[in-house]
Amino acid sequence: MSLLEVKDLSIRYADSAKPVVQNLSFSIEAGQSLGMVGESGAGKTQTAMAVMGLLPANAITSGSIRFDGQEFLGAAPDVLNRYRACRIAMVFQDPLTALNPYVRIGDQLRRILLEHKICKPPEARERTLVMLQRVGLPDAERQYGVFPHELSGGMRQRAMIGAALLGEPDLLVADEPTTALDVTVQAQILGLLRELRSQSNSALFLITHDLGVVAGNCDRILMMDNGRLLEEGPAKEIFAAPSNERTAKLIAAARRIDMPTKTSPLPDGEAPIVEVDNLSVSFRERYGSGKRQLHAVWPLSFKVAPRETLAIVGESGSGKTSLVKAILGLIPMRSGTVSYAGKKLPGLVQSRPNNIRRQLQMVFQDPVASLNPAMRVADIVAEPIIIHEPKKKKAEREQDVSKMLRHVGLGMELRERFPHELSGGQAQRVAIARALVIRPKVLICDEAVAALDGTIQGDILQLLQAEQADSGLSLIFITHDLSVVRQISHRVLVLYMGRVCEIATNEQIFKRPLHPYTKALIQSVPVPDPNAKPDDVPLAGEVSSILNPPAGCPFHPRCEYAVARCSEQVPALQSVVGGSVACHRANELDLSY
Amino acid sequence: MNYLAAIKPLIRKSRDNKTIVVCSSILLLIAAVALIGPLLSPHHYASTDFENPLMLPSASGWHLFGTDDLGRDLFVRTLLGVKITLFVAIIASCVSLGIGVAYGAIAGYVGGTVDAVMMRAVDALYAMPFIFFVILLMVVFERNFLLIFVAIGAINWLDMARIVRGQTLSLKQREFVDAARLIGVSTPGIILRHITPNLLGVVVVYMTLTIPQAILVESFLSFLGLGVQEPQTSLGALVNGGVSNMEGAPWLLLIPSIVLAVILLCFNFLGDGLRDVTDPKKKT
Repeated sequence: MSLLEVKDLSIRYADSAKPVVQNLSFSIEAGQSLGMVGESGAGKTQTAMAVMGLLPANAITSGSIRFDGQEFLGAAPDVLNRYRACRIAMVFQDPLTALNPYVRIGDQLRRILLEHKICKPPEARERTLVMLQRVGLPDAERQYGVFPHELSGGMRQRAMIGAALLGEPDLLVADEPTTALDVTVQAQILGLLRELRSQSNSALFLITHDLGVVAGNCDRILMMDNGRLLEEGPAKEIFAAPSNERTAKLIAAARRIDMPTKTSPLPDGEAPIVEVDNLSVSFRERYGSGKRQLHAVWPLSFKVAPRETLAIVGESGSGKTSLVKAILGLIPMRSGTVSYAGKKLPGLVQSRPNNIRRQLQMVFQDPVASLNPAMRVADIVAEPIIIHEPKKKKAEREQDVSKMLRHVGLGMELRERFPHELSGGQAQRVAIARALVIRPKVLICDEAVAALDGTIQGDILQLLQAEQADSGLSLIFITHDLSVVRQISHRVLVLYMGRVCEIATNEQIFKRPLHPYTKALIQSVPVPDPNAKPDDVPLAGEVSSILNPPAGCPFHPRCEYAVARCSEQVPALQSVVGGSVACHRANELDLSY
Repeated sequence: MNYLAAIKPLIRKSRDNKTIVVCSSILLLIAAVALIGPLLSPHHYASTDFENPLMLPSASGWHLFGTDDLGRDLFVRTLLGVKITLFVAIIASCVSLGIGVAYGAIAGYVGGTVDAVMMRAVDALYAMPFIFFVILLMVVFERNFLLIFVAIGAINWLDMARIVRGQTLSLKQREFVDAARLIGVSTPGIILRHITPNLLGVVVVYMTLTIPQAILVESFLSFLGLGVQEPQTSLGALVNGGVSNMEGAPWLLLIPSIVLAVILLCFNFLGDGLRDVTDPKKKT
């Protein structure tokens, strides 16, 4: 008998006719790991909620979910509670909302043990401490007494996993456990899950949108789309020879960091269009009775050539967004200048002349938030024309809008819609249309595809690249996703705690990284190939707090190559063939692979 | 254009909300009767009839609500009271809407020192004891109908400004405002086209809740004898007149009080209904 057996499961909500999950059947054997993969709206989370008995009251279900012979669908809460925690446990996507903000971490875990009568109070504390240590919270005694907000995202997710594993469950359900985390931390968490499973032999039901995550961590895969099961089978078989057309498309859409780049070569010797010189950003923060400066970006310089795509990468907290916001004049810079086509620009966007303002445009991470909810699509796209070409007649303007919408691949029927009536991909196209309609020379994309599904990400990237080929647009592309960087960038700038680690060409970054941090970032990206066994966790630890930056090289506490000098002296950016690097040991280390 | 667009889904959702439909129908009906009724009645609100004071309500002679101590027809006077009360409330709310939204949106969007100075001014006005303020106004400028608008508007816009400022502070953090700055929209353009249309939901709800507040304040002032002047009247003044005849002719107190209560309840329920409709977290 299987550990978990789902048969003909359908879930539908009372207020809509369309089921969110339709006739889904699958099973998980003891000790096995099963990955469920699909884009948003595939019904993954609904399935997980059904398995845990957490569906909202207005959900209508049919079929059966049997765990170790016990029917879960429609079972009374006290029956389910006999199984939860001890036999089946869950890790949620967002550890901040899944943990109670008012209860200390240790108490939250201890309560699980007491609530489910797994052990007696004196022993509970002991077991909680042991668990916190096992999931890699250093100094478990101290972490026992902290509140969730005092931990970083990665540490919270570790605590969450610890909470799930306390009762030594036979089945661990993990719903997008690493989606909210940086790649480096994702690699740590996945490594932790692998390690813990090898010790305890519990089964894993891993739900994710990322084929790279399942490839290295699951024996079998369920491919989902639109509430239906597309295909099921051993990971290796599905990746090698998908039998379903849609599966094949999803697998093809998964970009791989080890694939060749798709950029067209740049002409040499053109004058840079954007020049950033010694730019730094700092925030003032009240500190005790006085104030102190927090440096988000240390003085740095770089240039962007016409038609070039510069990618800026780094973990969260590296200062990427502060950097581009300062370039655009949305936040003040502390020092330095930004020049456009050789001319120095005033610091803030309000004081920049309109004919230059239009040349620098931006596409934001959250497409829906970047569109005014009270404006229709056609008005959103028309607004820049009204401002920059006020003499244009209404009919002409309407024509421009229609042309632009077609250009970004949107149908005319969307003209009268409001942003909340659009899908994420459509909204991002509208945002791109708004930026491109005044024909800027530079487009800055802040995680422009991070919030979108894999297949749609590909479409948007293609659109941007086509635009670049057509009109000679320069792109500054902020992202944490190195597979995107690999695909579209000419040069890459690696930031760590507001300092440049390395600037180099795409080829060089991915073939011969010179900075240990660059290499760690690349190795953290999961490869969607079940044969490429995941390495050991490439980068331990987390970004140091900006409140208390380490002396010397900011990366030295996490660097495996660090020597005494690294903790004393900040490395200067030195020129090398094809770029620059800021590492004391750049000349002696060989990081290529 | 934007404003219309922002309010449309609100109207659509409001049509499905029973509370809103019922309350707004009752209010419209009362307003219609107040406008048309006096034209149909043979009596004038100021004409006295010392032969027939304190008459019981009766259909004969068309004294539907009876007469007061001066023999004036209470039906016509109640309708006049409704008209003036609603008028005061709506004008006062519009004043508070106009000043409050502009003030709050500018303070919130511009921020920094401007915000600090503007909001401290609001705090200072808050600290003024309202009734003393009104009595002072009355003493200095004599009793005047216009003063009531000034007095009520002067306190109501303070709340509106605070609420609008708070909303603006969170709206200006949103990415669409950054996007507007990048495409070159001027600061007034951002406030007019991007901030205020998105404030509409909150403002509409808040306004339906300030109307009953204004009505109460007006009634209170009239009850104290500081409001409208005879022979004009308002619901508050009528209630005041009813109190002095409470023992002999209770209908003089009851009828205006009931009308006032119905109007207040309807506005309050309307505000509650609109709040439900504009709350994105609540499914309707």
